[in-house]
Amino acid sequence: MNALRKQLDTLKKPFTKGQKFEKFAPAFNAFETFLFVPNHITKKGAHIRDAVDLKRTMVTVIIALLPALIYGIYNTGYQFYIQTDAPFTFIDAFIHGAYKIVPMIIVSYVVGLSIEFGFAVYRGHEVNEGYLVTGLLIPMIMPVDIPLWMGGISTAFAVLIAKEAFGGTGMNILNPALTARAFAFFAYPTYMSGNKVWVSEASSVDGISGETILGSLAAGQDVNYSMIQMFQGSIPGSIAETSTLWVVVGALILILTGIGSWRIITGGIIGAAIMGILFNLWGANPLMSFSWMNHLIVGGFAFGIVFMATDPVSAAQTNKGKWIYGILTGIFCIMIRVFNPAYPEGVMLAILLMNVFAPTIDHYVVNGNINKRKKRWMNAQELKTA
Amino acid sequence: MRIIKKIQTRKGAKLNIKGEAEKVFKKTLPSKTYALKPDDFFGILPKLLKKEGEEIKTGEPVFFSKNEPRIKFVSPVSGFIKSIERGARRKIEKIIISSSSNDNSELHEVSNWENLNRDELKKLLLDSGNWPYIHQRPYGTIADPNETPKAIFVSTHTTNPLCPDFDFILNKEIEDFQNGISALNKLSDQHVFLGTDASFPGMFKNISDVQHYTVSGLHPAGNISLHIQELAPLNMGDRVWTVNPEDVVKLGCFLSTGKFSPKRTVAITGNSVEQPKYIVTKQGAELQPILNEFKLLYDQNRVINGDVLTGTISCLDGHLGYFNNQISIIPEGNDYRMFGWLPFKDNNILSLSNTSFSRLFKKKDFEVDTNINGEERALVVTGEMEKVFPLDIYPMQLIKACIVEDIEKMEALGIYEVVPEDFGLIDYANTSKIEAQEIIREGIELMINEVG
Repeated sequence: MNALRKQLDTLKKPFTKGQKFEKFAPAFNAFETFLFVPNHITKKGAHIRDAVDLKRTMVTVIIALLPALIYGIYNTGYQFYIQTDAPFTFIDAFIHGAYKIVPMIIVSYVVGLSIEFGFAVYRGHEVNEGYLVTGLLIPMIMPVDIPLWMGGISTAFAVLIAKEAFGGTGMNILNPALTARAFAFFAYPTYMSGNKVWVSEASSVDGISGETILGSLAAGQDVNYSMIQMFQGSIPGSIAETSTLWVVVGALILILTGIGSWRIITGGIIGAAIMGILFNLWGANPLMSFSWMNHLIVGGFAFGIVFMATDPVSAAQTNKGKWIYGILTGIFCIMIRVFNPAYPEGVMLAILLMNVFAPTIDHYVVNGNINKRKKRWMNAQELKTA
Repeated sequence: MRIIKKIQTRKGAKLNIKGEAEKVFKKTLPSKTYALKPDDFFGILPKLLKKEGEEIKTGEPVFFSKNEPRIKFVSPVSGFIKSIERGARRKIEKIIISSSSNDNSELHEVSNWENLNRDELKKLLLDSGNWPYIHQRPYGTIADPNETPKAIFVSTHTTNPLCPDFDFILNKEIEDFQNGISALNKLSDQHVFLGTDASFPGMFKNISDVQHYTVSGLHPAGNISLHIQELAPLNMGDRVWTVNPEDVVKLGCFLSTGKFSPKRTVAITGNSVEQPKYIVTKQGAELQPILNEFKLLYDQNRVINGDVLTGTISCLDGHLGYFNNQISIIPEGNDYRMFGWLPFKDNNILSLSNTSFSRLFKKKDFEVDTNINGEERALVVTGEMEKVFPLDIYPMQLIKACIVEDIEKMEALGIYEVVPEDFGLIDYANTSKIEAQEIIREGIELMINEVG
């Protein structure tokens, strides 16, 4: 460790103040701080600090994402092989999935991080760790057959327009990963919906239909999957969204470490369940009579509410606001699914919509506190005059 | 005595740091020099009354406040002004007084203080240099003698990390304490509140002329901001005064002797100190002779005037602060940690976050150092500040309002009800490593300049 440290110190010299590459210091620091927590000491304020920092927080989210990602890689191969009835092993499926998905992850990280590093050097601040999560989320919520360049362009759009245009990490209004998906959804609709995009190479294989469950329901077709299959995730869909089981594992990691807001997750489930039950009672079309429990485990709802709605920057920030935000996200998700056949999956739009409303929710929650203070003051004034 | 309220809070955290002072007084050599640091008096612009080399008696004014010339700051010892240290733009950093062996005190007529009216008592405290012990809310500045507060708060229950135990410090001085309380009663139309810990120790039971309340809960339960919110909430325009418990004793001592009492009981704490104990010295004492009596465990230490969350940086040859009852000494943490960003790595570092097992594996006696454990980042994580902030205020929203200097918003969100110390745990716990206390202090300075 000492030898490595010495090596780094020599490498660091040209990046220090007054030296040749001073401007590129943020880029160097980003790599250095991934090896070593810096030796910085407190200068003002509290003299001791907690062990947690943003890197640790973001890495925890990545760890929570891994179960769903690994299952998504397997499921991609699984869906590919079963459409042709060809014999295959677990390893075959995994290799095929990795062959499709690893390049997507690389493109997302390379494109996104290049922009992030560029902005860090240009603005002279350190590289924020938020993109480590965003960069992994973007491929995880795409259909598997989307061309790599489309993924790249969506990523660039998301980082530039949804994040840096608002001032970078911590300032964005919309969740960047979902913005990337929304961009792809509206820019390249034929690659983002239909019955040929959800299963690897379905368009070139003359196999069975690869429509998602919600897509089938919206088209008025029957669904041939059991509830167990829906829960464990051996169904077509965006890469990592299908397995509610592994999303729940991720949710537990997020909640137990305190990184993800249990209020938003619980609120979302409550909202979706209430809406689902109401529609079940109404039951005018197949989507409405689709059991509310199934609504919770198909499509991107579980993945969205656990990993996307809980993004602390774009979500509501007050505890009360988080409940409202979560419940409304759940309600809108099911409502969009049922009422709008053009968007069989509602969670993306529901979260983006609530992202926009989150500051308003917080505004009213905080105003409650402000009004309480004002009222106390007015009561005191009245007492004084009386 | 009746307890009017039991304040309880669940929000907050107890930081179990090694190095609590044993309840024993250790003898130390008297210091040769004493220092007055104008920075100890938040919001005061000093105007000197003495020049370098001039002789001075104990209790004789050294400087006064430019904005309120009646507020005088007096010498804790007799001797002569050794030097006046100035910083950038000739700002006075330290006035160093060399003490002589014979102790001359300025004498004030106090025999009939019980019969003085409010203005006469104020004048007596102002003239004798005892006024700076009285602080006011909002802002935590020295009280304006022209005002009458709606309440005065004294709390003997503190919860700061490794805080001194005031039951132990005040044990033998309960008479002076009562005198001090009685004097404070004359300064307010309404109540003087006395806070004690939940066990309501017997020695405070017999204190009269006060409203007793008890406090229990994790830090910052002992911070007076919380007590004020619960008992006499500060509205715009209100004034509440606060006095530290040992300073109440000093007021009482002055009123019975007529001499300024510079005595200060200090807990020497922190995980750098081998056998932390209490000492008795005087305000502004030089630290070197005191610390020579203690064995320090590390080579590079940080000496802090106060506790590890809210204290100010000093050094081994520095001086004790004017109001401190505590010195904390912890090792500097200027070394690298490999892969420190991995969750559940380095569990020996005290952490409130669940991304570390530190609190599971070990319940107390954590070694702490001054490493930031990361770098400053944009505010991303939400909800973590509220967990360690018991006031009915949205801390992150208030911090943001202070950053953008939105005075109206700061006012609406409760800037009048806080002092920087209330944000000490937020400094410690927040993921983005933002300097919350500094931001709030700047916000308060802005309020003082713009609103007053």
